[in-house]
Amino acid sequence: MHGSSTEWKEDNSSPLKELFGKWFFALYLLAYAGFILINVVSPKLMATDMGSINVAIFYGFMLIILAMILAFAYNHFCTRAEEIMEDDNEISEEGV
Amino acid sequence: MNYEASVGSIILFIMIVILVLLISYHFGRKTKTSSSYYAAGGNIHWSVNGIAFAGDYLSAASFLGICGMIATAGYDGFLYSIGYLAGWIVALFLVAEPMKKLGKFTFTDALDAKFNSKGIKLASAISTLLVSMFYLIPQMVGAGSLITPLLGLPHWVGVVMVGSIVTIIVATAGMASTTYVQFFKGAMLLIFSIALVFLIFSRGISTNPDQGGEVPYHLFKTLKCNTVAENAVTISDSTYKIIGEVKGTGKVAMRFVKMQVGADISYWKLSEKDSTLTETLYMVNKKDGTVLFNGAPRGEKKFFQVGSMSKIDGKTDTKTGNLDVFTFIEKIKDGTVIRWTKNVTKDGEDKLSIFYQVPTPGKEILRPGNKFKVDSEKGATFTDKIDFISLMIALFFGTAALPHILIRYYTVPNPASARKSTIVAIGAIGLFYILTLYMGLGAMVNGVIDLSNDNMSAPLLAKSFGTLIFSIISALAFATILGTVSGLTVAAAGAVAHDLMDKYFDMKLTDKKKVFYGKMASIGVGAGAIFFGIIFKEMNVSYLVGWAFAIAASANLPAILMILFWKGTTSKGVMSSILVGLFSSLILIFLNQETYNNVYGLVGVVAPVQINNPAIFSVPLSFLTLFVVSLFTKNTRVGDDKKELSTASANE
Repeated sequence: MHGSSTEWKEDNSSPLKELFGKWFFALYLLAYAGFILINVVSPKLMATDMGSINVAIFYGFMLIILAMILAFAYNHFCTRAEEIMEDDNEISEEGV
Repeated sequence: MNYEASVGSIILFIMIVILVLLISYHFGRKTKTSSSYYAAGGNIHWSVNGIAFAGDYLSAASFLGICGMIATAGYDGFLYSIGYLAGWIVALFLVAEPMKKLGKFTFTDALDAKFNSKGIKLASAISTLLVSMFYLIPQMVGAGSLITPLLGLPHWVGVVMVGSIVTIIVATAGMASTTYVQFFKGAMLLIFSIALVFLIFSRGISTNPDQGGEVPYHLFKTLKCNTVAENAVTISDSTYKIIGEVKGTGKVAMRFVKMQVGADISYWKLSEKDSTLTETLYMVNKKDGTVLFNGAPRGEKKFFQVGSMSKIDGKTDTKTGNLDVFTFIEKIKDGTVIRWTKNVTKDGEDKLSIFYQVPTPGKEILRPGNKFKVDSEKGATFTDKIDFISLMIALFFGTAALPHILIRYYTVPNPASARKSTIVAIGAIGLFYILTLYMGLGAMVNGVIDLSNDNMSAPLLAKSFGTLIFSIISALAFATILGTVSGLTVAAAGAVAHDLMDKYFDMKLTDKKKVFYGKMASIGVGAGAIFFGIIFKEMNVSYLVGWAFAIAASANLPAILMILFWKGTTSKGVMSSILVGLFSSLILIFLNQETYNNVYGLVGVVAPVQINNPAIFSVPLSFLTLFVVSLFTKNTRVGDDKKELSTASANE
């Protein structure tokens, strides 16, 4: 299961990936801050029924599952950005 | 609760130890260079690294501590699961790829990549050592807690055993053997936790949880009082002789009546409102070091396992059928749970810990507030709310600043692999944390909690399903500790040998010497971990890990983020930020109320700091320090060229 090398090419997609990272982080931070805020400002809301479960369980599970979904989405966008930038590099090298 | 070793447990335990030693031997022969010792040669596949991340991160605190806290406090324990997982978002979106690009072996390498500053090397190495030690202590405590039921040996033997095996793992092959031990443990822990949750669902819930018919649940008595006055309580039941009264500690006045039947002493909680006395469980710590459990040594089995529901679907004597992920929660939510609360007080010269029943509606169990006070209507103060916010900040910002997690970014070949392995980690860890809620609540209602050691809730829950599953879960919990302690030992040894000896003191070590001193440092760290693991025996492991997160979030994260995202950052700013974050968080921890009560044993003494988690002050203070110091020391700024970041360590 070992890869072959510890070196890598210059990464032109870094700025774009950094931007994705910041936006995804901001999105999750909002959801997490909302969880803390409800607990502190309106703790009773956490005990509100939501079918078999309640808001506290739902929100807790949602934060965990949202982290997974955002992680996969982030990887998808980053991989795509790396592929596009790599293609651009190859085109520009061929053109020189 | 008495603990007896089973043959199955011993066999499985020995198998795990042999497997771990074989892994170490296999990789030990290949580990000749500093790169292979500190970073497994940087060629671990991202999928293996991702599960190893989970194996590294899902520590004793996660498995033993969180399950124990959920079992005794309900949803509040699950807050740790949410916070621990959320922290990986910071690691993935902000830290993973840049850290891989900047660093080589240790977290200090990354912080110092652009400055080559002795001050950063020293500050960062000290921070790594302290954070790692704070994280190590609870793992070692967990090891001791586990070894008693697994092998029937005393706590200190478990600590020494784990310390010794981990020292062998790390001293032979460093990060390579550590990676595969963590991979194995991470994968197995997930598989068997899923199995345990299915067993919980298949058993259902009973108001008389008898552990599958194996252990009858002790029915705690309630006696009616004839008269209740100040220091004068009388009862009509002549079996009991009232011999004294003890006042509880805390904001709410509490009275416990001491009674005697024959030679047996018991304490009963007085309800002045109902004029009743309710049986409790108690522990006595005598001055000579003797500990009695309900008045007798542990071996006499007088300290009963607890945890039950008094009402399910409105009925007091009932049992459900098979349940699922939703109906299991629903039955608890709509019922009444007998929760147990502890009051630590004194009876003469002896320290007395009394555990008493608190019938609690399921709705209250499944929302925050049983441990962390957040509801003003239930007496939560402004300080309580700040404390809660502070804890959630520490958990969120601590993960991406833990040195033993960050060094795992150097074991993969490139930044994309660092990112992908983080995503695998989030998937595995997220799934496990969802399972913790079911394992913790399962322990809460299955009559398996040992109140003298709530860290054992998950393994004891497994024990209620038979010796085999208990043996597997316990052996895995032991492997869990081995995996995490190995990672921490590598991080701490790297700080000593690589950051301090090689870089800070500029000893110009040859590659062979770097490996040699790394191994020596790991032996030293192992010895320190054993010492502290024995001293801090009685603390809840998740609570201690909360400190490690707070210190890491305060000392390391501001420096990491500002280096990555603010060009005005200077070396003096980074160094100051680490030191201010580190020492401000430590001071706030050492002076807070929980430390006074649980570490110094100062019962009834008011501590100068009432906030138990320092992050809400120390994290902003560390950011502010970096910002202000950097403004005044502009000549050593981070380079503007982003490309430098992209290729900083690629060609090292």
